[in-house]
Amino acid sequence: MEKFTQLTSIATPFPRVNIDTDIIIPAKHLKSVKRTGFGEFAFETIRFDADGNRVKDNVFDSERYKGANILIAGDNFGCGSSREHAPWAIAELGFRCVIAPSFADIFAGNCVKNGILTIALPQESVDALVLAAEAGHEIHVNLEDQTVRCQNALYEFDYNPAHKEMLVSGFDEIDNTLQSKSAIQSYEAKQKLMTPWLFKA
Amino acid sequence: MPKTMYDKIWEDHIVEDCGNNVALLYIDRHLVHEVTSPQAFDGLRAKGRKIHRPDSVIAVPDHNVPTKDRHLPNPDPMSTAQLEALEANVKEFDLDYIAMDDVRQGIVHVIGPEQGFTQPGVTLVCGDSHTSTHGAFGALAFGIGTSEVEHVLATQTLQLKKSKNMRVTITGELPTGCSAKDVALAIIGEIGTGGGTGYVIEYAGPVIEALSMEGRMTLCNMSIEAGARAGLVAPDDKTFDYLQGRPYAPKGGAWEGAVAYWRNLKSDVAASFDKEIILDGNDIAPLVTWGTSPEDVIPVTANIPEAASFSDPAKQEAVHKALDYMGLKEGQAITDIPVDRVFIGSCTNSRIEDIRDAANIAKGRKVADRVIEALIVPGSGLVKEQAEAEGLDKVLIDAGFEWREPGCSMCLAMNPDRAGSGEHVASTSNRNFVGRQGPGARTHLVSPAMAAAAAIAGHFVDIRDFT
Ligand code: SF4
Repeated sequence: MEKFTQLTSIATPFPRVNIDTDIIIPAKHLKSVKRTGFGEFAFETIRFDADGNRVKDNVFDSERYKGANILIAGDNFGCGSSREHAPWAIAELGFRCVIAPSFADIFAGNCVKNGILTIALPQESVDALVLAAEAGHEIHVNLEDQTVRCQNALYEFDYNPAHKEMLVSGFDEIDNTLQSKSAIQSYEAKQKLMTPWLFKA
Repeated sequence: MPKTMYDKIWEDHIVEDCGNNVALLYIDRHLVHEVTSPQAFDGLRAKGRKIHRPDSVIAVPDHNVPTKDRHLPNPDPMSTAQLEALEANVKEFDLDYIAMDDVRQGIVHVIGPEQGFTQPGVTLVCGDSHTSTHGAFGALAFGIGTSEVEHVLATQTLQLKKSKNMRVTITGELPTGCSAKDVALAIIGEIGTGGGTGYVIEYAGPVIEALSMEGRMTLCNMSIEAGARAGLVAPDDKTFDYLQGRPYAPKGGAWEGAVAYWRNLKSDVAASFDKEIILDGNDIAPLVTWGTSPEDVIPVTANIPEAASFSDPAKQEAVHKALDYMGLKEGQAITDIPVDRVFIGSCTNSRIEDIRDAANIAKGRKVADRVIEALIVPGSGLVKEQAEAEGLDKVLIDAGFEWREPGCSMCLAMNPDRAGSGEHVASTSNRNFVGRQGPGARTHLVSPAMAAAAAIAGHFVDIRDFT
């Protein structure tokens, strides 16, 4: 996994509330057996009209926000389906960090696994960042000291320490867990006595 | 210290305490379907990893399967590739598999309980957010992403942060005409789609105790729509009666031991919850959603709210956008909305009780002419078989409904079943998101009885006056 420590970039403002993963990537595009190729369909209903023509001035294709690696989003971002295709699609649009008042749990978990940082900030702070993004100001995100800076403003954020370690070190989570193999095995030995019916004889 | 049911299940599954409420948690059960697993199996192959406990997995195709003409070749090559990938993967990794032509095939959240694979006190995961359904049995069950699917296959664990405890108590008694679906929608209407974020919800109170296992599954299914990753109902005699004798349920002497363990799972009387919500069941009415989020819900007797009645400006804007998409106006009566298509099915409402509710309404009546298609999609081949044994298929077909093969169907626009742009759909599924049932489709979430009545009337009707 790609490491995440600091990021400085302009940001794309998209502060609509309750953006679900069906909007991020519609179900009809989930038939691929690969992890790539979802970016072109990301936010499809926002970026394209019913006839497949690109919607003029949509924030995701606008020249103004070209190259943005940060997305400023609305409350309860990523709700709905657990599809990891959503963070895969977002990553292909170039985003490595999403800032919103709150995130759905599964979505936020899926982001970490893909090296995307989700930052929850109070609504007023997000509102201010939307204005800054619209004005084209750069935003500086620092995961190590858990801060977001923009012009003279400084915002601190909370972050799950286990997830932080994962992002900062970029380690392979499965390899890491497999180091606990003996703990897993001794748990199973205990469990076979306590709930034997859960194990095939 | 008194504990909640969630605390107990969590503590019984800690492999390693990582501090800060984070633990490496053991996973007992894993359901796998075709959409969210191929990349996980690829990941295992790429690193030469094995599946830690193949006996903890059942795999079944559901999202992509056509619900009719299954004997014909699947017209969609990408769906076919995904279905074939699942089949190849279960062979390679030697997993229990329920194939498309097996009578047990169905929606992953219907077959888990039906096979007795879902049990009280277990941790159960699936690469699907509606895994919360299985909480109806007192299982800690939640949806995971594909990387986590791979992680569980390889290690039988997940590193997780413990959620907070919420209890939702429904007092009193449900009025006639109301079902578990209305309870679920009423709760989401009350706390909002973000109201449960960060919590595990335990449902309690006389209304919950009175619900059948099917009803409890409907309720827990929609926990995720309230933002909660999992829902829980304390296991009781109903739970044990449901499970006894099912293929994966404990057998012989193990049964008694299991029941004794299961009885201890319920929350201690003195346990405290971080958040408590109490609703009066007597106040619940048959509900219909009018917008593009499950929280946009009102009683069938009510009118669509004015955007200005919401205090939050972001919500006001969302209401305008939703009404624009839905082709509806502020103040419009719900019963004035015409219905173009009806879908009775999905992991929320496709069990035998749901089909019975629909057949009850349909009996001796006809689907309205304006309705293009009224689908009944049983949740599994076994549900279908039972419904047919009860003659429900005949009642429904005579009334003009279509009787289909099991699968996710029109719940999500991923297989051939979908609604057209601008059409209003009375749907028993769980998500009324923009485009969920097809580009431009307008979904209204309702109970099976309300959906069947809407099919007959050609518009939404109050099931309580439906004579
Ligand atoms: S029925 Fe719908 S919500 Fe349930 S698993 Fe299938 S697609 Fe998901």
